[in-house]
Parts: sequence; structure tokens; C-alpha cells
Amino acid sequence: MTTTACIPNLVVERASPGVLLARVSGNWRERATLPGVEPVRQVLREEPSVKSLEFDTAGLTGWDSRFVAFISQCADMVRGRDIEVQCDGLPEGVRRLLRLAHAVPDKADAHRAVVKASFFRNVGERTIQGWEGILGLFTFLGQNLMALVNLLRGRAQFRWADALQVMEQTGPQALGIVALINFLVGLILAFVGALELARFGASIYVADLVGIATVREMGCIMTGIILCGRTGAAFAAQLGTMKVNEEINALQTFGFSPIEFLVLPRMVALLLMMPFLCVFGDLISIAGGYFVSVGMLDITSTEYVSRTIHAIQLKSFLLGIVKGTFFGFLVAYTGCLRGMQSGQTAAAVGQATTRAVVSGISAIVASDGLFAVLCNALRI
Amino acid sequence: MNADDIKIELEHLSMAYGPYVVMRDINARVKHGSIFVIMGESGSGKSTLLRTMIGLQPPGEGDILYDGQSFWGLDEEARRVQVRKFGVLFQSSALWSSMTLAENVELPLAQYTDWPQADRQEVVRLKLALVGLAGFEDYYPAEISGGMRKRAGLARAMALDPEILFFDEPSAGLDPVLSRNLDQLILELRDSLGATVVVVTHELASIFTIADDSIFLDAESKTVRVQGNPMELREHSADPKIRTFLTRGEFSERGATP
Repeated sequence: MTTTACIPNLVVERASPGVLLARVSGNWRERATLPGVEPVRQVLREEPSVKSLEFDTAGLTGWDSRFVAFISQCADMVRGRDIEVQCDGLPEGVRRLLRLAHAVPDKADAHRAVVKASFFRNVGERTIQGWEGILGLFTFLGQNLMALVNLLRGRAQFRWADALQVMEQTGPQALGIVALINFLVGLILAFVGALELARFGASIYVADLVGIATVREMGCIMTGIILCGRTGAAFAAQLGTMKVNEEINALQTFGFSPIEFLVLPRMVALLLMMPFLCVFGDLISIAGGYFVSVGMLDITSTEYVSRTIHAIQLKSFLLGIVKGTFFGFLVAYTGCLRGMQSGQTAAAVGQATTRAVVSGISAIVASDGLFAVLCNALRI
Repeated sequence: MNADDIKIELEHLSMAYGPYVVMRDINARVKHGSIFVIMGESGSGKSTLLRTMIGLQPPGEGDILYDGQSFWGLDEEARRVQVRKFGVLFQSSALWSSMTLAENVELPLAQYTDWPQADRQEVVRLKLALVGLAGFEDYYPAEISGGMRKRAGLARAMALDPEILFFDEPSAGLDPVLSRNLDQLILELRDSLGATVVVVTHELASIFTIADDSIFLDAESKTVRVQGNPMELREHSADPKIRTFLTRGEFSERGATP
């Protein structure tokens, strides 16, 4: 086979009056570029008197779906122009595929209508969606509080085994990452503080800075954010996947309340674990500050510890714990909410996880701001 | 039909999402102890109807009567009590993936009975043995095959000795032998438990094997096109659409078997 025989080629010519012959040759299989339908279109435009389109494929050495698509395109082009397409010259396989492709007529109403909605319609729909979203938040909150009340009254469909399992996952198993992040935050606080305070010769106050900043703010907020990324995301993914697998539907068909069965154990686990994680984070963060101060500044171990004990008031410490517990509630709430709201596809579960983390972190930071204002007003 | 014989009545069920109608004025009656098949083309609202019947999705209009009692007129708490009389086998089996097969079957018993644990475990073993899964008590759903999961789902659906069993596309994802076995199992369970069975399916072999009565939902009008025994409908229905549905599939199935 010579090289020229392999090159896909299309020659369009007039065989007899009113008959257009498309001579196709070469291998239409391997080349990246093929002769398009343009030559056929051009000749058709020049010759309005054409009555029939024929193909000669004697020189065709190879073809694939693109060739079938090419023929199909030619047929589409002459549709409605009173031109007959003669398929006899085509290979048997091509003819069969064409027959198959045209066996079921195009369902005109199946194509998605591209209707551009008006601006006001979009605004309206978004507003309604937003409003429903807000309503959903409060409905879910209400359901959770009812479930908690049921639990306290001993009437909830609640399995402590589930709660204990979640507790293990959210508490002890999170100690490593909570320790690492809080230790580093303690270090950073001490470094920044040391640099600035040294200018006034007040390096000893690093202990105050680290202690107060940690127990009031950084300890609980960092722990909350870690749990949000770690546990809130896991909750959303777990519940979302259960939704995809119809596991939540299955619970409902047994008359189980998904809130009491799935959300409540997670909520209770986080509410119980968060205070401990906060205290743990506080201690580790203070230890971070201790290492910097004792190792790099001229502060003795005893001085640092006694300054720290002096600086931290009980109410600051308790405030941190209360805030931490509240952040734990927010993490469980957003994680479970997004999980329960998840759609029934893999992409929807991913989206639910993302939304859980985003709304969890936003809620934590926003509520921390609220706490700051409240504490200022109440002089705590 | 004697009024006492009627287990389920569908009354004027309609539903729409905005302008998109999913069900339009669906009416039917299901006799006590019968196997009732909901058939129809894809997109005819079979699954939606089933979800409405098992309490997962409220209808836009209309109601369902179980033993003459309104279902959607109940408050949520009462409806949760009513659905305990149902057993549902989902298309995907929907076993609780974090629990073993035994725990899956035991959970409803643990919640709603005050039997001692030893009794519960005996019942669990029995239910799993009924579906041919004796010995698989401690397996997790992810560790067994699709067909076994389906049977485990059936064991769980039977956990509370339901009055009505619902099946959503029971043969989906099963090979022909397994799905014939499942059909036999459905027949035997109905005969031994005396339960009423509602099956959503479009597999003709199943339909002719198990159905006492059926409705055909029409994809265009979204309503009941005909109600009756599928064998009789195949022979005597004057409606070409029904005859095509009930015969064409069978021919192609005959063609498929050597």
C-alpha cells in the first residue's frame, strides 16, 4: 500500500445531470484530521439542481465512527432539500449503523430548552431559596432541641453504643492533631509576644499573654476549627452517604427518627468531648509558650508557671470551656445539617462536606465575635 | 369485593413539582393477602407512588387508607407507629452499613419489643435462615454480594412480622436465576406469613410469576391506565399499549433464552 493510498481523501464531482458523487478514498481511521463536509456543502450550494447524492467508497481502506458521523452529517445537510441520499455505495457496516441511528426519530422535546430566565425571576428564586434555607436551619435546630429534651426525659430512640463510638472518634482520636496545632499556636503567641514585650523589658509578661490569650480565645477557637475540619466534615460525609444508600429512608420506614438515631448521638458525643479537648488544648498551648520562654528568653521555669497561674482567672478559663462546648455544638449542628440536606449523588456528598466545613468555621468565628461583645458588655 | 378484604386503598393521589406532574389522580384497591404489582414504563411515577405509600413522601392531594384508616391524615407520631406494620425492601437493599447483618435485623426488634436478648438473637437467626443466610450473622453488608445483600434486606424487612411487605424493583441488579429465586421467596413468604405484598417492577417474568393483581401507570398521563391480573390483561386487554408492554418484553426474553 503506498502512502497516498492511506491519506483520507474526498472528491466531490457531478457524475451525471442531477447526481452528485462523493468519492471517498484512503484510510479514514487513523488520521487526526479528515476532510470535512465542507466540499459537499460547497458543491451543493453551487449546483441547486442536484437531485441525488451518491457515494463511491471503492478506494476506502478503513473507517470508524467518524466516517459514519460524516455520512450522517451529509444526510442531515440535504434533508428538506428534496435530494435523495443513495447509500448503496457505502460499506455494509456503515449502512447498518446509519439505519440504527435513524431508527428512533429525534425526540424534539427531550433537548433541554435553553431559556434565559429574567433578572427578576432569578432574584425571586434566589430569595425564596435563601428564605427556605434559613427556615431549614431553624427547623433542624428545633428538631435537635426536641430530640435533646426527649433524651433527657428518657424517651428518645437513642443508642449509647453509637454515642460512645462517636465519642471515641471525636475525642481520643483527635488528641494528636489538637495537641500539634495548639502547641504551635502557643509557640507562635510566645514568639510574637516576646519580640514586642522585650522592647519594653517586659518579657516576663509573655506568660500572661500566652495564658490569657489561650484560655479565653485561641484554645477553644483552634480546637473548634480543628474539629470542624475533622469531625464536622466526617459527619456530613457519613450522613450524606447514608442518604445516597437509602439508609436514612430505611430508618424512617421502621418508624425511627433519623434525628434521634443519627444526629443526637453525634451531638451528645461532641458536647461531652469538647470541654475535655478544650482543657487539653489549653494546657498544650501553654506548654508551647513555656518552651519558648524558658528555652529562648531569660525566664525561669518557676517564674513562667507562677505568672501563668496568676494571670489566668477562673472566669476566663470557664468562659473558654463554655465557648468551646458551644463551638462543639455548632460543629455537630452544621455537620449533621449539611449531611441530612445532602443530595443523592457522589458530587452532592462532596458538596455537603464542603458546606459543612465552610458553615461550621463561619459559625464558630461569627459566634466568637458575638461572645466577645457579650463579654465586654457583661465585663467578664 | 367485600370491604373487609381490602387492605390498601389509594384515593385520588396526585403530586406535582411546580408544573411537572408526577402522579395524577391515582386510585386503586389492594386485597388482603394478595400480591399487588405496580408496573409501568420508566418515568411513570412508580417509585414516587411507592415512596408515598411507605410514608417517605407526602402526596400533593389524596390519601391512602390502610385497613380503612387514613394514613396521611395521621400526625407524624401516629404515622411512625403505623409504618412499623410495613416491611420495605429497597432497590439498593439500604442495609445499615455500620452494622452486621444480625444487628441490622435486630435493631427494629431491640427498639420495639421487650424480649430478652437471647430471644431476639434466636429470631434474628431464624429470619436470616429464612432467606438462606444462616451463618452470615456477623458479616457486614460490604462483605457480601449484591444478591445476598438483597436477601439480608428482605430478612430485615420481615423483622417485625409486617402486615404489608413493599418491594422496590426486587430483581434490579440480580441475575435471572437469583431473581427467580427471589420471586419464589416472595410467594412463599406471602403464603406463610399471610402478608399483603406490594411490588414495584417492570420485569415481565416476575410480574407473571407473582402478581395477583396489578396497575399499569402511564408515563404520559401519569395515572393508572388499567388495573387487573397481568395474565388476563395480556390476553384480553383492548388497550394496545398494555398488550405491547406485556407481550413485547416476553418475546424478547424468549428470544434471549437459547
